[in-house]
Amino acid sequence: MHATASNAGTGVDRAHEASRNAKDSRNDVLFGWVLKACALLVLAALLGAAGSTLWLGSDAFHTFGWGFPTSAAWDPSNDQYGALVPIMGTVGTALIALVVAVPISFGIALFLTEIAPQWLRGPVASAIELLAGIPSIIYGMWGLFVFAPFVAAHIKPWLMNHFSADPPDGQVSWLVQHVPFVAKFFSSEYPFFGAGVLTAGLVLAVMIIPFISSVMREVFQTVPTRLKESAYALGSSTWEVVWDIVVPYTRTAVIGGVFLGLGRALGETMAVAFVLGNTFKFSWSMLETGSSIASTIANQFGEAQGLQRSALMALAFLLFVVTFIVLLIARLMLRRMATKEGR
Amino acid sequence: MSASLYTRRRVKNVVAMACSILATAIGLFFLVWILWETLSQGISALKPSLFTKITAYREEGGLANAMVGSLILNVLGILIATPIGVAAGTWLAEYSRRSRLGPTIRFLNDILLSAPSIVLGLFVYTIVVLPSKYLSNGEVTFSGVAGGVALALIALPVIVRTTDEMLRLVPSTLREAALSLGVPQWKLTMQILVRSARSGIVTGVLLALARISGETAPLLFTAFGNNFMTFNPLDKMPSLPQVIYEYTKDPSPDINTLAWAGAFVLTMFVLALSLIARFAFSRSKVSND
Repeated sequence: MHATASNAGTGVDRAHEASRNAKDSRNDVLFGWVLKACALLVLAALLGAAGSTLWLGSDAFHTFGWGFPTSAAWDPSNDQYGALVPIMGTVGTALIALVVAVPISFGIALFLTEIAPQWLRGPVASAIELLAGIPSIIYGMWGLFVFAPFVAAHIKPWLMNHFSADPPDGQVSWLVQHVPFVAKFFSSEYPFFGAGVLTAGLVLAVMIIPFISSVMREVFQTVPTRLKESAYALGSSTWEVVWDIVVPYTRTAVIGGVFLGLGRALGETMAVAFVLGNTFKFSWSMLETGSSIASTIANQFGEAQGLQRSALMALAFLLFVVTFIVLLIARLMLRRMATKEGR
Repeated sequence: MSASLYTRRRVKNVVAMACSILATAIGLFFLVWILWETLSQGISALKPSLFTKITAYREEGGLANAMVGSLILNVLGILIATPIGVAAGTWLAEYSRRSRLGPTIRFLNDILLSAPSIVLGLFVYTIVVLPSKYLSNGEVTFSGVAGGVALALIALPVIVRTTDEMLRLVPSTLREAALSLGVPQWKLTMQILVRSARSGIVTGVLLALARISGETAPLLFTAFGNNFMTFNPLDKMPSLPQVIYEYTKDPSPDINTLAWAGAFVLTMFVLALSLIARFAFSRSKVSND
């Protein structure tokens, strides 16, 4: 810079500087395009994932038409494929996971933002986030070797005694006698078998708790202190401040966090593959085994040929579209909160 | 009357606080339970042979080839994802201001961040594994490269996001100062902005590495796995998560113990990475203030 400044004025240097400026601006444009191309790869990855699964799954969509998502037949020996059982398994496990994980996540977020003493917040928050760092394959083997036997020994017998039409202890409960359909959700042909929709849902719940609770914690912290302080000054209890001030203020983002957890639960593969049982018999019961879209792909894609491979690709396309929509909703709601915060 | 209302409110508050503490205890309980099981079930297989022998000898073997394979796949994934991710993140933070494309890509990147990894694995299968048959005498070839591309696709959104966020933390006075001295924008970006956001970007890369180290599903149809030691990225390549998957399904308890030992090593590696990343991140935040 110094040399250019002191020598400015002589013709040679001016020409030199002009050519350097031209080079710089050319490089600037080039650099911008390279960066933009890299950013467009993100778009390409999403479109490519949707496009390639649709393309390779089109055979199955053509062959079975609307019967594909509505038929419960999954029979590789006769080349008949219907996605109903995997779809039910995916949705069922994700819903159970949400029902369990949302209240617990809310409690954790509440603890970390309002109740815990300051020195405890950091370590506990880190520990909960470590739960998100554990690889899903570890959840899977823990679920298979430790948690499924626990469910079979303790949770399942209790549920069957209280809610099934054919309980092990022989006494049909009042609830089953008077409320229709309850028994349908709690029957099981194999009372001593721990794997099933409920077990997979519970494992998924543990996996998504850190995601939902960290979103809730972050948005709870964005509530203006003066709002909370004025409520406290009027004599509100901590719970009233949280339920009447914090939750209404952060509602959209909280729902966004829940949808984010739902998106994770829908797409989770390895943990579910171990604890869902991988059977293709249609059942309403959450104590029966089943299969999910992701676990079916993981288990069968390696050996699949022809129409079966196409059916698995079609399943992947369905999964991708559903998670895309769920995550879209999640991000839109989280974004609305971010806009509010920036206002 | 008002006393009973007061009592009711107090009781409600105490119950809610107790439930909240209970919820936190449940979360921490599961963390400890899972970590304890990986250690206690795998400890008998945590011996030197785990790191020196390969999976071909089954019960008498170790996981050396899987660890080496994982290392190669992760390095491949990071090497592919880092330049692309940093470039894309830089574009989002520095170049996308006047375009409508910027917010869209930032949004889609967030979605890619939580997209099911098994679908991304199938995508890489169709764009890398399937076309490879035209290059290799008509055979479909699984390879370390395909696995690396799949992992890169999963690491990419993490790196894009942290780079974007870190660059936006750089004060604009720095940009104005450099530009007023006549520095071209590419030089400003490369030599000043990326450098001052370096620790944040490194954090992003570490987080991405932690994320892909535990990925199993996309590797099943790309790297495929192998029972031997291989350093050739064009060969089928074993990986730790995938061997854990195989060994967990095995009926032999000794093989299961090996899987637990592998799980312990993998979990410790991933948790250490995320702790280091968090530590580096908190330091970079302080220095930016």
